[in-house]
Amino acid sequence: MKALKRKYIETDVLIIGGGTAGCGAAIALARRAPRLRVVALEKANLRRSGCLAAGVNALNAHINPGRTVQDYLEYVRRDAEKIVRDDLILSMAERFNAITEELERMGLVFLKDDEGRYVARGKRNLKINGENIKTILENEVRKGPSTVVLNHVNATDLLKDKSGAIVGAVGFSVNFEEAFIVSAKAVLVATGGAAGLYRPNNPGFSRHKMWYSPFNTGAGYAMGIRAGAEMTSLEMRFVAQRIKDTIAPTGTIALGVGAKEINSQGEFYASKYGLSTNARAYGAANENYEGRGPCRLKTTGISHETEEDLYRAYLNMAPAQTLKWIESNEPPSKSDVEIEGTEPYIVGGHTGSGYWIDAGRRTTLKGLYAAGDVAGGAPKKFVTGALAEGQIAAESILADLNDIDDASSDTIERLAEPFVDSYERKLNRDESKWLFPLELEEAMQKIMDNYAGGISASYRYNEARLDVAEERIRVVERLVKSLRAYDMDDLLQVYELTDRLTVCRALIAHLRERRETRWPGFGVRSDYPNVDEKFELFVNSRLVDGKIQMIRRELTGKETVRER
Amino acid sequence: MSVRIEKDRCVGCAACVEVCPGNLLKIAPDGRAFVKRPEDCWGCASCLKACRFGAIFYFLGADVGGRGATMRVEIDGEISQWIFNTPDSPPKRIVVDAQSANKY
Repeated sequence: MKALKRKYIETDVLIIGGGTAGCGAAIALARRAPRLRVVALEKANLRRSGCLAAGVNALNAHINPGRTVQDYLEYVRRDAEKIVRDDLILSMAERFNAITEELERMGLVFLKDDEGRYVARGKRNLKINGENIKTILENEVRKGPSTVVLNHVNATDLLKDKSGAIVGAVGFSVNFEEAFIVSAKAVLVATGGAAGLYRPNNPGFSRHKMWYSPFNTGAGYAMGIRAGAEMTSLEMRFVAQRIKDTIAPTGTIALGVGAKEINSQGEFYASKYGLSTNARAYGAANENYEGRGPCRLKTTGISHETEEDLYRAYLNMAPAQTLKWIESNEPPSKSDVEIEGTEPYIVGGHTGSGYWIDAGRRTTLKGLYAAGDVAGGAPKKFVTGALAEGQIAAESILADLNDIDDASSDTIERLAEPFVDSYERKLNRDESKWLFPLELEEAMQKIMDNYAGGISASYRYNEARLDVAEERIRVVERLVKSLRAYDMDDLLQVYELTDRLTVCRALIAHLRERRETRWPGFGVRSDYPNVDEKFELFVNSRLVDGKIQMIRRELTGKETVRER
Repeated sequence: MSVRIEKDRCVGCAACVEVCPGNLLKIAPDGRAFVKRPEDCWGCASCLKACRFGAIFYFLGADVGGRGATMRVEIDGEISQWIFNTPDSPPKRIVVDAQSANKY
């Protein structure tokens, strides 16, 4: 058995995950309290980790001239079919424009008109060159005088003291035989959402050519679920409409060039379904389901100049698409661009899945805060919203710090030991039962795809299928316990899979609880195919004594009496 | 979807290893970088941009339409020159200026 070297770190604030929201929080904390000790834990490298690794070419959440914060709330409410928390959307949206200006001061390049004003794309979008947005954020984080960035450390679990407060976290180096035990007065979880639960569009060699970062494994949800935090709206999955094969964004073509969706019969079908994100996804899925696919974006006829601009735009965010156009010799001016729906993701920045939080981004566990894609109740965050949530969480942490007692490091050691012990046991190769993480990951993805509404099931599921999914996921969870790791890189894969399975189990419980079909583009519950106004509420859950307990809350947040 | 490393150009500086968001690049016993699980690559191109020796080539898997072409990037300050090599036609170059914003 390998013995890991223990590294103990004491800090005021621990940020788990250095993506957009985590960076937003680190920057805000350093500006408001330069002497406060902040540790940002990142499993890869802050410079290119999270959703913005390849870049982004628009800011999708900005209050453009003539629009208001209230308009943004109405838009999100409509798009999410009412299941949103007004307080969360408003508190986020009122910061969009100040954050945008701050990004420009940090060096982000915006498209501007002759009078120096931002050029709007529709009601809420701004055009930028965001290839380097993550490196810009990293540079800003590094300016924090008391901020320490720990790259290549993967946090696995939250440390909870006797009183139930979160007092730190435990993890391991992905390169070296080291365990990290961090004690903190406040912990912000900002690890992103969950990709890879379902069998992806390209399940073979290009299995990670997906929309959402395949390295966002739902770790933040999983550690919260295990620690007993309340989660909301996991059943509000997200299915993105993307370019076939490369799974590159369609917005740049649809919004920027004005290309419309067309089916194989030459019909512009989108208006049949509606304008919301889920209606658009449902449109393409249903056209395919009813035999009128493939669906394409009608780009033929665009000018040579527009085409070259598109090549550059995609190089700045999804370079595979530019290569595809050039390599296939099917440029968008000559060939319409085929689109497809992705596998479902759980991602609180686009839909509402994640931690149940208060307006200050406090979770239901004392000392634990959530921001970005792990935080629930506030869809349509995008980049500026994730940064805003990081900022809001930072301000709450600063307001709460005075009330927090120092945990003694002695306690922390004791709390962390069972987790470190578990890392060491998994590193014991002699016990290997010849199972591989990839093998079990594919088993999980197949179960979710077939029985919990994946691509092959046309996003459809029912109670009987969810029964099968639940039972089989439990079997895979048992098998995962016998996985052993050869090295730290292997150990990371074992934990990533374990986290995904934890999220799958909670997701299935949520899919079961919402007995209606509210967002058909994100999933059709075949046994309850219509919207049911009884379900104008939040479906929440909490793990209690190993069992997932469902909680229903009114749209105001109040817990409702359960009807069974 | 993945990247290939040209062994002759790699100096083993580990800039790509440092930056890969999936921790997929490692240094082999011969001191050069290699892709540990090519099928786990997201295709974000962070490693291409980090490599100052032009040793990393980006390609599409055949399952998503790859036909033998590769892409790499040479960065000089604000200017990135993307170079596309296809089996049957002369190389294509696309220049991207970091100071110019997307128009779409």
